[in-house]
Amino acid sequence: MASLTAIGEDEIGSKGTGDEFYAWCARGELRLRRCNACREWCHVPRVTCPNCAAIDWAWERVKGTGRVYTWTVVHRAMHPAFMGDVPYAVVVVELDEGPRIVSGVVDCPLEALEMEMPVEVVFERSDRWGDRVLPRFRRAPGSKALRGAGGIAR
Amino acid sequence: MADPKRSAACIVGIGETKYGRDKGASHTNLALQLEASIRAIADAGLQRRDIDGIMPFQNLANAEEIVANLGCDRVRFAATVAMGGASPVASLALAADVLAAGRASAILIPAGWAAFSGPRTRELVLDPARLPGGVIAGDYYFPHGYTAPMQWYAVMAQRHMYEFGTTREQLGAVAVAMRKHAQLNPNAVMRGKPMTMADYLASPMLADPYKMLDCCIETDGAAAFVVTTEERARDLGRPIVRVEAAAAAQPHPADEITNRKNIFETGLGRAAPEAFGRAGVRPTDLDFAMIYDCFTFELIHQVEELGLCARGEGGPFVEGGRIELGGELPINTHGGLLSEAHVVGMNHVVEAVRQLRGDCGTRQVANAELGVVTGWGDFGDGSVAILSRR
Ligand SMILES: [Zn+2]
Repeated sequence: MASLTAIGEDEIGSKGTGDEFYAWCARGELRLRRCNACREWCHVPRVTCPNCAAIDWAWERVKGTGRVYTWTVVHRAMHPAFMGDVPYAVVVVELDEGPRIVSGVVDCPLEALEMEMPVEVVFERSDRWGDRVLPRFRRAPGSKALRGAGGIAR
Repeated sequence: MADPKRSAACIVGIGETKYGRDKGASHTNLALQLEASIRAIADAGLQRRDIDGIMPFQNLANAEEIVANLGCDRVRFAATVAMGGASPVASLALAADVLAAGRASAILIPAGWAAFSGPRTRELVLDPARLPGGVIAGDYYFPHGYTAPMQWYAVMAQRHMYEFGTTREQLGAVAVAMRKHAQLNPNAVMRGKPMTMADYLASPMLADPYKMLDCCIETDGAAAFVVTTEERARDLGRPIVRVEAAAAAQPHPADEITNRKNIFETGLGRAAPEAFGRAGVRPTDLDFAMIYDCFTFELIHQVEELGLCARGEGGPFVEGGRIELGGELPINTHGGLLSEAHVVGMNHVVEAVRQLRGDCGTRQVANAELGVVTGWGDFGDGSVAILSRR
């Protein structure tokens, strides 16, 4: 691994945006930060808009559809909270609006995971890292697997 | 090559501890670094009091305690570069500028840790606030079980395999080459433990595509080197290893991989053209390369980012023994982080110096005159130094 170095970001004052993001998820809505000044999406959230430097954010709802940009299947958890879940997939979904979001899959056998697979958001409660309702993704109409062609063999 | 008359920084001293994985060991980061530092200063032919600059590694020791222990009472420059595993080579780049500016005359760069026997490193991964990415990782990565560098980098490797057809066996070729080199290195943790491609393929999957043998080895150990001006180096009568050029850069955004416009963008991709340009050499001039190999794909990735081949061609580049001793461009002749030791890339600098001095024994690259060493840290911070024997 790269050496692990960044200690104490909490102390520097960044409290994060998770509470707001997951509050929307609990209501069944996937919302990302969007700049009111230049209308660029911004995920992960920042304090100032990297595009125009405004500090004027809205949490705007996205369609919740996209495609699997990349993924990994974790066979050995590095954090004890996830040891009971292996093997599990971590997917990076490129949303139709542009931003990419780290997530997981539901109703999708791991061998059916495919690059560029169309997916849509569902919400699932998890107590692995706090007790939160998480945005997860399932195969959407148009994915090969749902058409019965099967996933790629690895 | 750059003007040989131009004054350059020179690495004049190198030092290492034993690299090991002994369960009962009770090393401290500080003691390991002091041991390596004392060796490096002696190797340079300097006295400890001659050290007037120090650049310790972030969070592994601080300048004050190292300086106090070594009795260096004339220190006038102390700084830490915060680029994770890219820091040692990035520190070398900054040290060269500091020496040129006359703000120090002999700079010690140490790093090391009890990464195997010490509790800290293992505990570190439990708390996102202590990882690169910090709050972002806690809010958006950890809830999905995306908790460790191995997993963060795995998605880059996976996408590379999809876009460019990089294969499992190409990842394996890196692991096998590193292990082969380690057999020739008495200080390599994996000496005496040879590995075949079949062994590699049979190793357990940790985070697809990374198997256990795609990952570097947590090690107890430290290394250090001393950088000084060319004039001083010549006075010392030590073999001259010149820093022809060194540079460092970050990708954008530096703290988040998944939303980069191009997921393969790295700091090295920016730093390398700068370094080669200033040194006035081309990648094809190199006799060897020492590349930060935290994971097999990251070596392939950096081969591309260095400009040794085009993006997407790193897989074929590492095949067919091309990166092994005797091959077209030997890479990590010490065995790298994968098979010598994970000493945050310090060992890559040390090995580059040893090659240029001609001190590598059975793993010596014949007539090694020009080499490159890279660093990779956090989410793709990059550093590079082009070193020559003069
Ligand atoms: Zn904006």
